[in-house]
Amino acid sequence: MKRASRGLPAAPGIGRRAFLRQTSVGAGGLLLGMSLGPTGVVVTASTAAMGAAAATAFQPSVFIRIAPSGVVTLISKQPEIGQGIKTSLPMVIAEELEVNWKDVVVVQGDLDPAYGSQTAGGSTSTPNNYNDFRRLGATARTMLVQAAAQTWKLPPGECVAADGAVHHRASGRSLGYGPLATIASTLPVSDAATVKLKDPSDFKLLGTRIGGVDNAAVVTGEPLFGIDVKLPGMLYAVYDKCPAFGGRVVDANLDAIKTLPGVRDAFVVAGTANLTGLMPGVAIVAESTWAAFSARRQLRVSWDEGAAAGQSWDGFVARAQALARQPGATLLRKDGDPAAAFASATKTVEAAYTYPFISHANLEPQNCTAWFRDGAFEIWAPTQNPAAGQSLVAGTLGVPKDRITLHITRSGGGFGRRLSADFVVEAAAIAQRVGAPVKLTWSREDDLRHDHYRAGGFHFLRGALDARGELSGWHNHFVTFANRIARDGRAALQPGSGASLSGDEFPGRWVSNCLLEQTPIECSIPMGPWRAPGSNVFAWVVQSFIDELAHAADRDPLAFRLALLGERDVVPATVDRGLPYSVARMKRVLREVADKAGWGRRRLPRGQGQGIAFHFCHRGYVAEVAEVTVSKAGTLKVDRVVVVCDIGAQIVNLSGAENQVQGSIIDALGALMFQEVDIQRGRVVQGNFSDYPMIEMSDAPSRVEVHFLKTDHPVTGLGEPAFPPLAPAVCNAIYAATGKRVRQLPLRRIDLRWS
Amino acid sequence: MAHYTLDINGRLHEFEATPDTPLLWALRDSLGLVGTKFGCGVGLCGACTVHIDSVPTPSCRTPVSSVGRSQVVTIEGLDPKGAHPLQQAWQELDVPQCGYCQTGQTMTAAALLREKPNPTDAEIDVAMAGNLCRCATYLRIRAGIHRAAEIAARTRGKP
Repeated sequence: MKRASRGLPAAPGIGRRAFLRQTSVGAGGLLLGMSLGPTGVVVTASTAAMGAAAATAFQPSVFIRIAPSGVVTLISKQPEIGQGIKTSLPMVIAEELEVNWKDVVVVQGDLDPAYGSQTAGGSTSTPNNYNDFRRLGATARTMLVQAAAQTWKLPPGECVAADGAVHHRASGRSLGYGPLATIASTLPVSDAATVKLKDPSDFKLLGTRIGGVDNAAVVTGEPLFGIDVKLPGMLYAVYDKCPAFGGRVVDANLDAIKTLPGVRDAFVVAGTANLTGLMPGVAIVAESTWAAFSARRQLRVSWDEGAAAGQSWDGFVARAQALARQPGATLLRKDGDPAAAFASATKTVEAAYTYPFISHANLEPQNCTAWFRDGAFEIWAPTQNPAAGQSLVAGTLGVPKDRITLHITRSGGGFGRRLSADFVVEAAAIAQRVGAPVKLTWSREDDLRHDHYRAGGFHFLRGALDARGELSGWHNHFVTFANRIARDGRAALQPGSGASLSGDEFPGRWVSNCLLEQTPIECSIPMGPWRAPGSNVFAWVVQSFIDELAHAADRDPLAFRLALLGERDVVPATVDRGLPYSVARMKRVLREVADKAGWGRRRLPRGQGQGIAFHFCHRGYVAEVAEVTVSKAGTLKVDRVVVVCDIGAQIVNLSGAENQVQGSIIDALGALMFQEVDIQRGRVVQGNFSDYPMIEMSDAPSRVEVHFLKTDHPVTGLGEPAFPPLAPAVCNAIYAATGKRVRQLPLRRIDLRWS
Repeated sequence: MAHYTLDINGRLHEFEATPDTPLLWALRDSLGLVGTKFGCGVGLCGACTVHIDSVPTPSCRTPVSSVGRSQVVTIEGLDPKGAHPLQQAWQELDVPQCGYCQTGQTMTAAALLREKPNPTDAEIDVAMAGNLCRCATYLRIRAGIHRAAEIAARTRGKP
């Protein structure tokens, strides 16, 4: 912990640009920078050289500003993509600061090193910031109490902060934060490491239901999203890439395009070989979005399609089946003697599970606005990962990072897609050439055909049951997808995001004879993180196959799972960057969900069934029970889903948390039922919601019951962990209802009829 | 390019556009009414829903040349104070996640409530089938429509 130091510049993390903006916004006498390290909060102070009239606001960190009017402005540094972080993290500060939520104004921060990491991914925004943000709020509160105590000439211990004011109960005196701001701004910054945090039992705001801070703007249609950005003199661009991934432009009818109505320019962008970077293409820049879209219909490009043109899903399937007969390329785990366990098994079950590539299908198509002036970029991006956008633009277009300002807009859905920055570098490359602000808008077809997809995969599984009906052997040969990349000057195969199995993936570490191996198929399909990467499919495979084994052993699926989890408390990680796994927490959510769903307590008629599944990811423990009805004609209706989550000691915003879980459940059901990207000749077949259907309201379960267990564990995030158990819970319920085991996705391809 | 004068949100708006320009892009690019969203461009997602003579219509499939003297209402004109019962209910129940689809959802739901002031779940599902919510806030949208029906009934009950 560093003490506050005075003078310019402030913390090493604060660039001059950031500093100046902060001072111009803050107009306060005291300015503090803060960097958030893994060990805690480092606060550094600097006095702004400002006019006397400005020394009125209290700004105890770059995230907090209290004006003399009493209005509290909190900066939301994380991108808002629908996960509710712009509401929930400021709530954490407000709780400790003891301000009324109605007096808080939340402002989206730009990309700025002063804020620390600003990436919204991996459900990390809450766990990475929760404790630091509590300390920020508590630090400011402590200083305001000090300011009041100093004013009243009383010991600070006799003064109490509440409702945006400091009170002295004995004398009945109160001073609002507004009047105290000026005094507080002259005090040395309290030590964030030793500042007293509230007892969580005294929380008034955290754990309650708070509506999203932008809800009023959302429901009235105010400009909020990247696609809503409008600048003076702005032009509108489209960018046409090769339908086959990685293809390059040979020739295009640019001269004809330039003569079309409203078109200002058309040009080839050479691009790079990075499949998730600036791909080669043709830009059309016009006076309106429609002029650009219309001109594109006349565009004729001759492409060199490259290696991708020889790739198809059917070819991948054939290749996977051939590979399945060979040993895996990489051994991920070998415990005991799997061969002997299978040789001596009372019963052996074999199955192959397959799932397709799928797209993120953000409802707001990828877009970005960029302006290149005087060798510098100013960018407005709907991004989950602003730093990646800045880096990609800097590295690709040769402009230093400190000459790239990036404004984070609200995103119309993230789901991992906007962790990539391809759309940012495309807008920047076009803007660099145009010399006016340019908004690049992708069509829906661009979005579905140039995604960074959730990888497809093939799991070839064997399970052994011993005489007692216990799981004595497990073998998974996972055939996955990889891109060829250059690493240290040499070609290497890099599996897609979420397309690598961990040696610790359940039930690795639990089955005494366990063999996990993996073989990549090289492809040119760009892959990227998709909500709960890996987990979103591995949970389906593992929890479905465990269900097969339970039924093969003639045991209740819940009892079989509880027995498999065993009696250990915490199972340590055995792989690099692995995580310990709390058996106790998982068994508790499993038992609770069974209890709340009335597991096994009702005899259901044929055509109805319950299914159960659990999964640990993103530091969250989640178990789910699905209840389904399958008509004789094979129509599936998910009637009810019960969810029990253990994500630690505190739910930050109950409304947001419940919305995330219910959304995860229905999103997972949509992916399970409908989503599939087909690859032919190196390109994606689907182009719009006509052939890439998404879940509609009528397919949503009528009841999704969400329960949070309050446990004595660190607070964690909720964008992802409720997603993975849904698909296996539903498929296990389908089996219970019909006797049909689903081993291939999506469900709309599966015949569920029964008689 | 042709000159158009359209009745939008009770006011006449003038702009230049090619006749095939979808109303969506005229609203967004020419008139700065960006509450109407682009999602698919082919009338399959509902994000661009506006009312044309009270009928919920995908503005991405509506050329400006076809609008004529019809009355267009966008989310910006649904209620003068942004306090339509649906807009109140959406905030009360904290319906949005990313929020991108919600203006389209609201416009479709507003037309439903005008026809059926107290719709059943099944009627809601049918009416809302063309509006995708990628964050899948469907349970809250459904609850929000019921809540808006209550708010509207209470308001009507007042003298």
